[in-house]
Amino acid sequence: MSAVVAEGLKKHYGDTRALDGLDMEVAQGTVYGLLGPNGAGKTTAVKVMTTLVKPTDGRAWIDGIDVAENPRVVRTRIGLTGQYAAVEERLTGRENLELIGRYFHHAGTERSARAIELLAMFDLTEAGDRVANTYSGGMRRRLDIAMSLVARPSVLFLDEPTTGLDPRSRLAMWDFIERLGDEGTTVLLTTQYLEEADYLAEQIMVIDRGRKIAEGTSDQLKDQIGGDKVRVTIVKPENIQRAKEAIAPLCVGTVEQDPQSALTLTAPINAGGGVVPGIIRALDDAGVDVVDVEVRRPTLDDVFLVLTGHAAEAAGGDGEDG
Amino acid sequence: MAIARSTAAIGDDVIGLRNVITDSMTEAGRHLRILPRNVELLIFATIQPVMFVLLFSYIFGGSIQIPGYDDYDQYLMPGIFAQSVVFGSAFTSIGIAEDLSKGLIDRLRSLPIAQSSVLIGRTISDLLRNIITFVIMLVVAFLIGFRFEGSLWAALLATLLLLFFSYGLSWVQALIGLSVSSVEAANSAGFIWMFPMTFVSSAFIDTSTLPGWLQEVADANPFTHLTNAARALYNGNPVGNSVWLSLAWSVGLVAVFATLSIRKFNETSS
Ligand SMILES: Nc1ncnc2c1ncn2[C@@H]1O[C@H](COP(=O)(O)OP(=O)(O)OP(=O)(O)O)[C@@H](O)[C@H]1O
Ligand SMILES: [Mg+2]
Repeated sequence: MSAVVAEGLKKHYGDTRALDGLDMEVAQGTVYGLLGPNGAGKTTAVKVMTTLVKPTDGRAWIDGIDVAENPRVVRTRIGLTGQYAAVEERLTGRENLELIGRYFHHAGTERSARAIELLAMFDLTEAGDRVANTYSGGMRRRLDIAMSLVARPSVLFLDEPTTGLDPRSRLAMWDFIERLGDEGTTVLLTTQYLEEADYLAEQIMVIDRGRKIAEGTSDQLKDQIGGDKVRVTIVKPENIQRAKEAIAPLCVGTVEQDPQSALTLTAPINAGGGVVPGIIRALDDAGVDVVDVEVRRPTLDDVFLVLTGHAAEAAGGDGEDG
Repeated sequence: MAIARSTAAIGDDVIGLRNVITDSMTEAGRHLRILPRNVELLIFATIQPVMFVLLFSYIFGGSIQIPGYDDYDQYLMPGIFAQSVVFGSAFTSIGIAEDLSKGLIDRLRSLPIAQSSVLIGRTISDLLRNIITFVIMLVVAFLIGFRFEGSLWAALLATLLLLFFSYGLSWVQALIGLSVSSVEAANSAGFIWMFPMTFVSSAFIDTSTLPGWLQEVADANPFTHLTNAARALYNGNPVGNSVWLSLAWSVGLVAVFATLSIRKFNETSS
């Protein structure tokens, strides 16, 4: 049985179609990434699947339980970490966790044991007895996720878990999420960053304006959008043909000259290391002087450009959370 | 507890009364636990009524004569008490708007709790805070000479009427808190209508001194019934039908606004 199933989900706010017929299936025990720009409908999708918002049309199931018909049973199986960290600022980390245990009617000893366990798991043991409004953004986010895990949910929803975190906290957060996936919790996470979905999710769906525009593993998606690209800039324009020939065997598609510059070549390459030194060596062997070799990973913008024909910015121009 | 039972049934699933009570207590416990940690709020909630008691008593005390009352304080204090507990209900909308803006309402709604308990817990804890404020205010009033002229039972009944009415208004505030889009808006929307409600009433003046139509408004104002009932009971005067009217209004407020608020809660998300 799939952990999450959605069929033709629609949610309209007046003229805005936040969800416009979304189908989704998340296998049990996997990490699934819902990728889209501002206003794509990520939060709305999460809210419908976590019983917070009633869909205009369509149905969704968590572990086979209908979200609209049995919201209370669904709530026993899910954990939700919303887009903005929802912790009680004036309670300590430990108290926040124990509070959730209380809502689940856990016994006192179980509540405190689980709180201790989760504080340790999320690197909050030392901060556990400080009130949450003294926490940094990253700590708050970690506490927020820990709170969603108190009752060991079968499906965990994470709405943009790393937005607003600095690079170091983001990496730490990736680590935590990866570990959850390893422990067998089904995780549905939303993100605006392709690299995040790439790193964490086994299956990715790209959505825009409430609709699916692509789905697959990150490799499949990258194939669709061309994957990594290398950009080589040389010193002398007369060497451009020689450079092209030198690097062609190292690239996975046609080497093209940049329309804006007689000195620049771009070409798709395989993801992963090792290509750049090879390219530099090949150019050196061919006697071509190089200014710069740069690898560009595909970004969400590239995905959008390729899949929708319009830029991500324009797609989410009207998007802000209500 | 009939309220809890009926509101539980409005929720998306029918949940046992026991869960409603347990979860409401958990939710009230959350607010009461942070109450001493929110010192500014506590001070504001206390200072304001005390200040009103002192200001009104010393500023108007000498200049206003009310027929039948030798001492304006005896007339005035029940009005101040009533106004203060009513103002106290505004914290409900602010608190709910805060929870909403911080995403806590979403978190609570995603838990398998009795949904009505979030609002019941909130209004109950606000009632308890209001009681604390009331006691402090009463002590100050006693210090400046206010006395229960009727029986102690009558004074207790008056106090319960005041608190019950403010509990009813807490449910009005719950609906406001769920309906506005920000804490600032909750602050204004929760307070603004209280000024006409408490001033166009018998709280500070004899309504017969008001011009025609205003007098009619004041006499129909539920706040006038509340003040009249409390004033009569604290002073050992005949209550007329003010006690029943005030009680009926409070019951009506709770019944109507608890129903509306809990229904609204089930479709509110930040
Ligand atoms: N309560 C609401 N009322 C009206 N419109 C809404 C409401 N909630 C969402 N929308 C609209 O629905 C669309 C989808 O919003 P949603 O919040 O789901 O996007 P998102 O993908 O989560 O975006 P972000 O990355 O900014 O969080 C947006 O155009 C948004 O303005
Ligand atoms: Mg969102």
